[in-house]
Amino acid sequence: MTVIAVVSAGLSQPSSTRLLADRLAEATGRHLEGADIRVIELRGLAVDIANNLVTGFPPPALKQALDTVSEADGVIAVTPIFTASYSGLFKSFFDVLDNTALQGTPVLIAATGGTARHSLALEHALRPMFSYLRAVVVPTAVYAASEDWGATSGDGLASRVDRAAGELAALVSRIPAKPRAATQIIPFEQQLAALRPFTTG
Amino acid sequence: MQFGIFTVGDVTTDPTDGTTPTEAERIKAMVTIALKAEEVGLDVFAMGEHHNPPFVPSSPTTMLGYIAARTDKLILSTSTTLITTNDPVKIAEDYAMLQHLADGRVDLMMGRGNTGPVYPWFGQDIRNGIALAIENYALLHRLWREDVVDWEGNFRTPLQGFAATPRPLDGVPPFVWHGSIRSPEIAEQAAYYGDGFFANNIFWPKEHFSRLIELYRTRFAYYGHGTPDQAIVGLGGQAFIRKNSQDAVREFRPYFDKAPVYGNGPSLEDFTEQTPLTVGSPQEVIDKTLTFRDSFGDYQRQLFLMDHAGLPLKTVLEQLDLLGEEVVPVLRKEFAARRKEGVAEAPTHAARVASQSALVA
Repeated sequence: MTVIAVVSAGLSQPSSTRLLADRLAEATGRHLEGADIRVIELRGLAVDIANNLVTGFPPPALKQALDTVSEADGVIAVTPIFTASYSGLFKSFFDVLDNTALQGTPVLIAATGGTARHSLALEHALRPMFSYLRAVVVPTAVYAASEDWGATSGDGLASRVDRAAGELAALVSRIPAKPRAATQIIPFEQQLAALRPFTTG
Repeated sequence: MQFGIFTVGDVTTDPTDGTTPTEAERIKAMVTIALKAEEVGLDVFAMGEHHNPPFVPSSPTTMLGYIAARTDKLILSTSTTLITTNDPVKIAEDYAMLQHLADGRVDLMMGRGNTGPVYPWFGQDIRNGIALAIENYALLHRLWREDVVDWEGNFRTPLQGFAATPRPLDGVPPFVWHGSIRSPEIAEQAAYYGDGFFANNIFWPKEHFSRLIELYRTRFAYYGHGTPDQAIVGLGGQAFIRKNSQDAVREFRPYFDKAPVYGNGPSLEDFTEQTPLTVGSPQEVIDKTLTFRDSFGDYQRQLFLMDHAGLPLKTVLEQLDLLGEEVVPVLRKEFAARRKEGVAEAPTHAARVASQSALVA
């Protein structure tokens, strides 16, 4: 079954970041019938994430969240914009995620903020971060400023949500399901041989 | 099965009174701790290798040679030797020398270190970490087994007609463990050579290490060294012991809360639940340690970290009394009673000499 992990870094309850995440998840579900959508609220993992940074390993609840994201066929990542970029909590979660976990995974990026002036943070902060992780970032990034929640439909937030969700769904259905990989063994002879071409002896 | 302690050799301020040992005090304390380990009947003393403060042990063979002269039974090991940035020729020579002085009571644990700048300080590139570990060990392995070696590789000057000296004691090189926290390549390397695999086991939840050890055991058998049960596994552990559990928790908490490696992070309660650390009575340490066998199978060596985070020497020595008198004797008995048939004995020089002679005969 197709699994979509939704990562929401909103802090208040209720949060507009979670609201946006839910809209994106719902729209993605419409485009990907039967998808299993799993929402991860980073707020509840904040202490675990800090502890992982300190000790180098994730406590059980965080481990489960990291596994969900690593094994997902697609990811929706939503953060509030703080101080001109993603929130520290959002970044820290992806800092403790294995840096190969999202390789080739379609990711929809989205953010919320008080005004539309920070919308390009999606393009200058989130998109390069996921490019570094070798994720496949969907072309449409969705930014919701406060005013968007009161705008009329038409070319507003709803249509951007739907366009981005459609792009994510298209990428997820085009990319083969993720192998649930066991530990890869590189036979030792092969590891030794890899060193030999450089030698003359 | 062998039991012992391993030390990082950190100079850390005691958070309860603000005092910091001098380097001289810490170095002498490490020696006192090693002598105490023998006195209370432990089998192994192992020490790390570091090239940056606040750690003092940059020169393990100097310290281990000194301890060798003052002990009779204790096996002296490293935890770990930096196979990446040390010259394998010097490792071959230094540890063969130590092996003679210590009458064979020497083994090594290979590791890649946890301090990035050590690579450039010693002229290497951290991106070659695994490649250095593989190539350097391949050379070290030959230097201990072939009298005269011709060799060319990627990372050091070629050798023509080189004989490392002295030759290993009785023609049997020190036993080698490969330590790893996360790399399956290193488990594979240990399996290929039929060497030991040591899982530090201190920081990560056990599921992570059980995967690595399982891989090592499977590949050990694949390379024809015996059954998976016969692979040679060592584990780290960590304890703070008082007769009474509440006393242990009360006394250790300020050290835990400020410990350089995990302080200011999780609570002591969460950390003891999620990692091998036990803070409690001898019986609690025994119970927790016995669970390691359930996760990892029968194993050959258990090392405990006992002297870090600024604990005063007096406290550490009391810990070793409790470990040696009340914990380890019970563990020896209980592990022996549970051990499956055909599991390998812990490696000793005498046993390795005997099995070599049996092969030749």
